[in-house]
Amino acid sequence: MDRFVYLTFDGLSRGAVFAAFALALVLIWRATRIVNFAQGAMAVATAYAGFSVSSATGSYWLGFAVAIVTGLALGAVTERVVMRFVDHSSHLNGVVVALGLVLVIQGGLGMIYGNEYRPAAAPFSRDAFTVGGVALLSRFDLFVFAAVGAVCVLLALLFTRTAVGLRMRAAAFAPDVARLLGVHVGGMLTLGWALAAGVGSLAGMLVLPTELGLHPNAMDVVFVSAFTAAVVGGLDSAPGSVAGGLVVGLIVSYVSGYLGATVAPIAVLVLLVVVLLGRPGGLFSRGKARTV
Amino acid sequence: MTALALHDIGVRFGGLTALDGVTLTVPEGRTVGVIGPNGAGKTTLFNVVCGFVRPSAGHLTLGDRRFRPRPHQLTRLGIARTLQGVGLFPSLTVRENVQVANPATAEAALERCGITQHLNTRPMTLPYAVRKRVALARALASEPKLLLLDEPAGGLGPEEIAGLTALIKELTCGVLLVEHHMDLVMAVCDEILVLDFGKPIAHGTPDEIRADPKVADAYLGEE
Repeated sequence: MDRFVYLTFDGLSRGAVFAAFALALVLIWRATRIVNFAQGAMAVATAYAGFSVSSATGSYWLGFAVAIVTGLALGAVTERVVMRFVDHSSHLNGVVVALGLVLVIQGGLGMIYGNEYRPAAAPFSRDAFTVGGVALLSRFDLFVFAAVGAVCVLLALLFTRTAVGLRMRAAAFAPDVARLLGVHVGGMLTLGWALAAGVGSLAGMLVLPTELGLHPNAMDVVFVSAFTAAVVGGLDSAPGSVAGGLVVGLIVSYVSGYLGATVAPIAVLVLLVVVLLGRPGGLFSRGKARTV
Repeated sequence: MTALALHDIGVRFGGLTALDGVTLTVPEGRTVGVIGPNGAGKTTLFNVVCGFVRPSAGHLTLGDRRFRPRPHQLTRLGIARTLQGVGLFPSLTVRENVQVANPATAEAALERCGITQHLNTRPMTLPYAVRKRVALARALASEPKLLLLDEPAGGLGPEEIAGLTALIKELTCGVLLVEHHMDLVMAVCDEILVLDFGKPIAHGTPDEIRADPKVADAYLGEE
């Protein structure tokens, strides 16, 4: 039972990171109908920038802020310089360009920083508190929950309580109609990509200090889990992506704990296939499934 | 003062002539109708005014100034448009749909169109006639000087059309109306342009249009 409780909290902590990353994927999907396969590589690139600043200045938090700001900027630049010029007549075009970005970013990071694993520092202890002899959460886990929770609340407020958020939603659902209402759709897309990449960077900064470490390909496995989380929740559903992230986090934790860490990625892929076959619109989708 | 003028507008899609030599003025406060059989070029005309289609000939003026319309700048220029297919955002509530156009005037526009009881409802759950009203409220929320109405009576019943007629008559802005429902067109328009295969074949008051044999041949004669 103690192990189950520990794995549950561990799964929720992992799941919170997957949720943030899945949220980033959903933000871009809803706005552009593109699954941003470059999200992981972009997050790693900003994490390298952040940890470089941290090691140069000795301040983790300055590096953390640099990573998030770099993420926002990288997202905006990616949309403005690359994605805006993709022919959207086929979904495949955006996917191919995103995969191309992955290769470019990972290759560039390898050339600049090398391909060896580097440790990524955590701002808080990762030793779990024990209550009644049962290991529960570490300070770092609490930081993860707080950071992801804050991002979810801020995004929810942005999209439901502000004129900019309303315009972003309108631009995402029907860009031509939104234009007629005075919405600068291009600006909203740029903002959406910036926010998504910023959230992706946050997820990177939260997951890299765990078992992953810094490496140009470090987020590949996380991407698969987060993509599964987004599909489980429904690519059109922001709350669904958060719930999907927690579900995937728990599955990864339980499977790793009871069957071995090497089985966990297989379990995630099985979940992805099951959801795609059984409910392709996701567990939280309202409408019919979209075909990609 | 002339709110909007189209000068000798032509549009070609490959080998197809969608509009040819269309000249039209919509003075402020006046309602101008554009009628014609299906495929006459009515919606293309709207798309030219909105900037979705660039004319291959002619130009537009707003007031005294020549302008090249761009969709996201229309509301700033005082132009609003409703769409044939309603075009509401399905995941936004009625209130949010109208707030996208202008949060400050959304409530007033919804009240003007008599749909305040549906504020927090998603539009796809509402009857078609109510959705049409939401679309109209959204256009009015931007407080336009010129309102483009693309088949506002489409899919409506007689009572709803009567209500729409009264609402359009109350408008003080210029209105450019594309519509198949002749009773509505004749009731609200100060002047009417008739298109056939993209070309203007008649232009005049409702009484003049009713009496024009070319119009009867091309359009009214079909009914």
